[in-house]
Amino acid sequence: MVRNKWLYIMLLPGLLYFIIFKYVPMYGLLLAFKNYQPFLGFVDSEWVGLKHFNRFFGDPLFWKLLSNTFILAAYNILFFFPLPIILALMLNELRSQAYKKWIQTMVYIPHFMSWVVIVSIAYLFFTTEGGLVNEAIASMGGEKIQFLLSPGWFRTFITGEVMWKETGWGTIIFLAALAGVDTQLYEAAKIDGAGRMRQLWHITLPAIRSTIIILLILRLGNFLDTGFEQIFLMLNSLNREVGEVFDTYVYTTGISQGEYSYSTAVGLFKSVVGLVLVFGSNFIAKRFGEEGIL
Amino acid sequence: MVKETSWASRLFDICNIIVLAVIALVTIIPFIYVVAGSFATQRELLEKGFILFPTEFSLEAYKYIFSTSTLMRSLGVTIFITVVGTLINITLTCLMAYPLSRRDMDFRSPIQLLVIFTMLFSGGMIPTFLVVKELGMLDTYWSLLLPGAISAFNLIIIRSFFQQLPPDLEESAKIDGASDPGILLRIVIPLSLPALATFSLFYAVGHWNTYFSSILYINDSTKWPIQVLLRQIVMLSQGGSLGDTSSLESNFIPPDQAVKMAVIVISTVPILIVYPFLQKHFAKGALLGSVKG
Repeated sequence: MVRNKWLYIMLLPGLLYFIIFKYVPMYGLLLAFKNYQPFLGFVDSEWVGLKHFNRFFGDPLFWKLLSNTFILAAYNILFFFPLPIILALMLNELRSQAYKKWIQTMVYIPHFMSWVVIVSIAYLFFTTEGGLVNEAIASMGGEKIQFLLSPGWFRTFITGEVMWKETGWGTIIFLAALAGVDTQLYEAAKIDGAGRMRQLWHITLPAIRSTIIILLILRLGNFLDTGFEQIFLMLNSLNREVGEVFDTYVYTTGISQGEYSYSTAVGLFKSVVGLVLVFGSNFIAKRFGEEGIL
Repeated sequence: MVKETSWASRLFDICNIIVLAVIALVTIIPFIYVVAGSFATQRELLEKGFILFPTEFSLEAYKYIFSTSTLMRSLGVTIFITVVGTLINITLTCLMAYPLSRRDMDFRSPIQLLVIFTMLFSGGMIPTFLVVKELGMLDTYWSLLLPGAISAFNLIIIRSFFQQLPPDLEESAKIDGASDPGILLRIVIPLSLPALATFSLFYAVGHWNTYFSSILYINDSTKWPIQVLLRQIVMLSQGGSLGDTSSLESNFIPPDQAVKMAVIVISTVPILIVYPFLQKHFAKGALLGSVKG
């Protein structure tokens, strides 16, 4: 043991970090089964069993949260997921590498911006008070639209912002897969008289098929993670009915209303379901991955 | 036949080039509009609405920002958090990654398992909040520095990187009587500088963009980072009361459009400065991530 004394000393701060900020909170999940009173403390608060879970599952809001999460995830998969694939294919068809670099440089930029910046710019464009789009509508004699305050526009904005921020960055993994395609395949196809569409269909798409499938499965696996910070930023009292998801609900009940035990129970439910989904989807993805390699 | 395909093919190329240019422009035009607007006069912004280049160049918005204590203070907070936070991140990550990279270390795999498990499951927002609260860190900068001090993911990648270094170097250093901290400091870290620089950038961008932890842990508006302030300033136009966050001090004048734009610019410029490095190295990082995930 003494042989590596220094190694243990070096390990200590990191280990303490993981224990204090990761494992103590995990132990703290027991709060979900207690009735936590700040003045009594963690240990002395009484056990209440599944009370908080029963309350949560019995609340119609539970179904609301679940359906909001589902719909946002469905929007994401339907409207956002294909975009990086299409963009990557278009970039791949470019003959000029310099032009390709230029385009990539521009479309990657929003990925590094914070959600606050992205949402702020969306506000500058779409508010009813001096927002660019509404001013344009007004100047053409139209009626201003409450884009940011109406429930009907909420999902469109969430998905649209994700498209703007992440489409470019999302191409990276597909471009990497495309770079691995043997160019001889294209040569051979050309000799056989295949046009570009046929090459795309028979060589390029099969080359990234397994990547697409794996990413899709993994995305389905963490559909509960709806992009908390973005939703939190876009949420207000008028669009809450369509925008509230598990994480934002945990914040509202836990931090704003101080119902620590109840919100911990909600969070625990989300974490456990998330864990099961991640393991399940990884398992399925691995099976597909093997098939892809074979 | 051959001619026909090449004609169609060329048409496709031209369309492809044009569509991609449009996509790229649509992606960055909002940013250009914000930058242009921040240098424009309020009058021009109101008259024209959309501008990509101000005819009347004005520094009023920036003068206003640099004259207010609120904005300058939160910019200072963000710079402090980014610098100190990144130093803490990279120091703790290296200190932990090195022992874990040593094959002669006992308990290596259980500790790694402990780390990897935190990537899959966590105590969540409320228990973590209560820990931070119990430690008396609420409303202190520690709450922004410590709870995310080590990213498990970065730790595992840096550990793998250390493992790939040729073991002969360490062996010969040991024969020369170097201690383990000496080896880390004089051999391992200098050999890994490019990788460590990349991960420092990862951490730094995270700190610069940090928003939600400040909402969670910092109530005192004098300690707000720039992202929180930016949020408040933009929200004022939509009636601050609609937001979930508390509003600014009462003596703060609601800013005009150009000021909002200038705040957005200030809170993104540092990212744009490091962007060329980010693009180069983060692409590799993102791929590493996808292979691991």
